[in-house]
Amino acid sequence: MNVLTDNLSTYGEGFLGTLELIVYAGLLALALGFVMASFRVAPVASLRVFGTVWVTVLRNTPLTLLFFAVVLGLPRFGLLLPFQVFAVLALGCYTSAFICEALRAGINTVPRGQGEAARSLGMTFAQTLGLIVLPQAFRSVIPPVGSTLIALTKNSAIAGAFSVTELLGTYKTLNELGYNIVWTFAWIALGYLIITLAVSALFRVLEHTWGAAR
Amino acid sequence: MTDATALYDLPGPRTRQRHRLYAVASTAVILALVAWILYLLFDTGQFTRTKWMPFAYKGIQELLLRGLGNTLTAFAIAAVLSLVLGGALATGRLSDHRPVRLPATVVVEFFRAMPVLVMIFFIFVALKVQPLPALVAGLTLYNGSVLAEVFRSGVNAVERGQQEAAFALGMRKTLVMAHVLVPQAVRAMLPAIISQLVVALKDTSLGYLITYEEFLHAGKLIASNLDYDLPFIPVVMVISPIYIGMCMLLSWFAVRVSRREQRSPKTEAVTIATPGPGALLPGGEPPMAPKP
Repeated sequence: MNVLTDNLSTYGEGFLGTLELIVYAGLLALALGFVMASFRVAPVASLRVFGTVWVTVLRNTPLTLLFFAVVLGLPRFGLLLPFQVFAVLALGCYTSAFICEALRAGINTVPRGQGEAARSLGMTFAQTLGLIVLPQAFRSVIPPVGSTLIALTKNSAIAGAFSVTELLGTYKTLNELGYNIVWTFAWIALGYLIITLAVSALFRVLEHTWGAAR
Repeated sequence: MTDATALYDLPGPRTRQRHRLYAVASTAVILALVAWILYLLFDTGQFTRTKWMPFAYKGIQELLLRGLGNTLTAFAIAAVLSLVLGGALATGRLSDHRPVRLPATVVVEFFRAMPVLVMIFFIFVALKVQPLPALVAGLTLYNGSVLAEVFRSGVNAVERGQQEAAFALGMRKTLVMAHVLVPQAVRAMLPAIISQLVVALKDTSLGYLITYEEFLHAGKLIASNLDYDLPFIPVVMVISPIYIGMCMLLSWFAVRVSRREQRSPKTEAVTIATPGPGALLPGGEPPMAPKP
């Protein structure tokens, strides 16, 4: 029971590590996902193909394999970065595929007439997408993006197994110190629950403020 | 891609020319990127003989095959058990009796909200279970809970009149479920179930982290061999296409089933979206996406 009080700093470090991973990987995923989604709806075929390949491959890649390739493989390339950067790269790229699909589905929920009206006003592709379609799509993608970020939170646990300081990884230290393993895990589980519930609450608020009322 | 055309008009001659220019430019950029990666690969000597030699040995091929076999074994067991657990939990959640419904709901919500790896580690480290059962148990608890939600939403998505008509004929709840709702729901749920199985297949690779001797583990053994000059990149090049190929095959199957179901008049009454991963949120993902 007193695992938590005795090792507040270890837990705290792990908790903050997980939070950091989620924030950086989440931002990377949102940015990349946005780029890929615009590629996938672009009028240029080669960009569409690139976006499709990116999404299809990443969505069907086991995350552990991606971590293996990025954390253990990339250094053989002569690319030496801190483990945490590698973890952010792997998590961010992986999640971007799901964000991209969520955005694309959101774009499809915007009534066709909106795009047609924008075009008939003489707007270009970029204007139609940026000023008319995306702002509306944004409203309907809040829930799926939220659940993608919750999945990201849960996936971030894998980073711990690849030597990144994060919440699940703390079990190793505490196990070696001889603490009751069941309580150790109970507090870890609570940590993840706090983050997922917070993300979920945040997105509920976002949906309440901006969500599409249909 | 027909829906996306709402974003732009059919291009005229000048626009077509402009698009061709964009296409050439973007293709050039993509090709340059690929070329740069290839250059890096050659430059760091990833295609040297020593690094690729291991794959010529029979022992190593057998090691890889055994790993693949172990991966598929774990997947098969986890898939069957998840379906069973999912069915049981869904039955619990759809029950009319509060004492049954409440625990089922708590179990489903808890296991969907937990990272799979935490469960697997807990079972492996704290309960001191062997790697295979630990992996299968973790996958079953997570995927079973998600499938329970799929089943539940499938049954709930059957048009209300079906249920009302069956009750009006004097059927009991069990009979209504077994003869009216479930048969209709199963067809509509099939794509979502298969997509969830893709997730289970992908997650078997977590076994690598608890020293279960699966495919990736076999790869790691070869990759960290000093005799072959640590062939990490060649191993990734050999293993990824097989892993990704298996998952893509299953995903493709899910899409195919869903297309067929969409055309079928029997499932017109039922359309379900896959519930999000540990979705504590309303709404869902685009249907048919294997979840992260």
